[in-house]
Amino acid sequence: MSNKKAKEYWSKNLRYLAILLSIWFVVSYVCGILLVDQLNTIRLGGFKLGFWFAQQGSIYVFVVLIFVYVNWMNKLDKEYGFDEE
Amino acid sequence: MSVQTWTWILVGITFTLYFGIAIWARAGSTKEFYIAGGGVSPLANGMATAADWMSAASFISMAGIISFSGYDGSVYLMGWTGGYVLLALLLAPYLRKFGKFTVPDFIGDRYYSNTARTVAVFCALIVSFTYVAGQMRGVGIVFSQFLQVQIHWGVIIGMCVVLFFAFLGGMKGITYTQVAQYCVLIFAFMVPAIFISIKMTGNPVPQLGMGGTLENGNYLLDTLDELHTKLGFNEYTSGSKSKWDVFAITCALMVGTAGLPHVIVRFFTVAKVRDARKSAGYALFLIAILYTTAPAIAVFSRTNLIETVSEKPYSEIPEWFSNWENTGLIAWTDKNNDGKIQYVAGNALDGKKPIFTDERGAHGQRIIENGSMKTANELYVDRDIMVLANPEIADLPNWVIALVAAGGLAAALSTAAGLLLVISTSVSRDLVKMQLRPNISEKSELRVARGSIVVAVLIAGIFGIYPPGFVAAVVALAFGLAAASFFPAIILGIFDKRMNREGAIAGMVVGITLMLFYMIRYKTGLIGVMDPRPASEWWFGTSPEGFGTVAMVVNFVVSMVVSRMTPPPPQYVQDIVENIRIPSGAGDAVDH
Repeated sequence: MSNKKAKEYWSKNLRYLAILLSIWFVVSYVCGILLVDQLNTIRLGGFKLGFWFAQQGSIYVFVVLIFVYVNWMNKLDKEYGFDEE
Repeated sequence: MSVQTWTWILVGITFTLYFGIAIWARAGSTKEFYIAGGGVSPLANGMATAADWMSAASFISMAGIISFSGYDGSVYLMGWTGGYVLLALLLAPYLRKFGKFTVPDFIGDRYYSNTARTVAVFCALIVSFTYVAGQMRGVGIVFSQFLQVQIHWGVIIGMCVVLFFAFLGGMKGITYTQVAQYCVLIFAFMVPAIFISIKMTGNPVPQLGMGGTLENGNYLLDTLDELHTKLGFNEYTSGSKSKWDVFAITCALMVGTAGLPHVIVRFFTVAKVRDARKSAGYALFLIAILYTTAPAIAVFSRTNLIETVSEKPYSEIPEWFSNWENTGLIAWTDKNNDGKIQYVAGNALDGKKPIFTDERGAHGQRIIENGSMKTANELYVDRDIMVLANPEIADLPNWVIALVAAGGLAAALSTAAGLLLVISTSVSRDLVKMQLRPNISEKSELRVARGSIVVAVLIAGIFGIYPPGFVAAVVALAFGLAAASFFPAIILGIFDKRMNREGAIAGMVVGITLMLFYMIRYKTGLIGVMDPRPASEWWFGTSPEGFGTVAMVVNFVVSMVVSRMTPPPPQYVQDIVENIRIPSGAGDAVDH
């Protein structure tokens, strides 16, 4: 495998990680903890929004994040010929 | 049929199933023993990971703790699920590509040093023991409840059962048993939740019912907030912990999840890197089913508990109350002699646990000697019983109550078995095989592995009988330890090519020492010598549960600084790092 290809693959991988982990940080630490009081003034049905993020919303987003990552990485592997088939 | 009969039937059926699987999937080779032969499908692996992961703490204690702490309980929900994102994105694929059996294996090879390996083994042992102690306690609580025996007998029975599984099956048996245990525990958790949700809010989905309305049209959460305010508790949906502490605890739990040896080892059991990624996704999805239901159960049971007991005469209280009183997990002192239960804010006791006398009071209640006269609160409820008592409190059919006992056992046993396996692997492989006696035969290695399981179960059992605190609180500390020791060494080993032996060892030693020091100083005390220091002396207001975050940052900093002052790792190690970043060519997890 060429070194350049591997480097390029790795830097794309790192970019994906940066995007996904930013979302991870925002839904949990920002919405669920740091800004929880502000968000609690907004209602989502019977929930206060900040409370909802802390006890429900962030978890749903986490699940989606991993599947998006799996999808992106499988595509990337194919693109660079690093897939295992 | 009575609850007791139902419990015997359901526990009997599920245990027969587990035993059958354990015998069918008996391990013959070390490879089968350690990593199930390395060809488990991603979905099966996801289910096994989820069962391994969802322990007695998740199943029994978590909803209870949330129920009593409201918003503050969110740290467990976000912490124990968010860590999977880190695991899936930052660790699982690379560790799978690296292809060894254990975390100390990775650390030893990546940092070309047996010292690093030894440090990692000791960290793994400390983390796993802290964790398994909490599990044994959980097993004890469930057994004691359904067999109506004292808690220490419950722990001892649990020890025997765990021993049987881990001893016989190794990783292969455990993996397939855990698949079955996942199904049992999730079913057992969801059925009562759905029942109660329909009963209280008319919505069959507990996650939605939690935000739904009661019969009178008021929102459930608003009603609970009002009840709390009326009785002098903090509003349920707002917290009492400082923002920084919530942040620190959540972070320690997330990072700790990603650094737990018994979870990481799961990703060595699949065939390919892409399977490792997918498997983490399945695992989190399966875990999320329980984790989004738990806060709903917390709200339902909290509301039910208050409405059932508050200002009610003891003589009219339902039977479950006195059953739990008999096991010592509920206590009531009639402070104002009105025969009614006043349940308001404040600790009902002097000290943490009720001390019972043999006498009965005027209303038939058990008399305790340490009722506190400083508060008006008359009721002590152990937080660990909320999930187990919940179906009774909500007056659900007997078979549902029995189902919960079977589910709790599945949860506690699957995790305990997985942990004990990690402990025995650490001893037999990372210590004996890799260091003490490299040319040991496969047969003797298996013998050592099984022997160390026996020792591990005994030690874990002693911890379970004399626990250092609530189940989940003990477990929470294991996460701090994992966060403070492994996580930085693994992450830097993958993402920082320049990281070397000196940096990693220094970081791990400093991280775990600092965490242990803080934990002993502010949480457990030194048994018989020193009591824990009060919360007012915490550094920057960080609780021991959240301190893993601080220790982890210190670990990172120490590693970076030391590594830049010492020579870079040899070329072949840098090539290894290049290699694990590329998914193709993973092959089997190789034996040396």
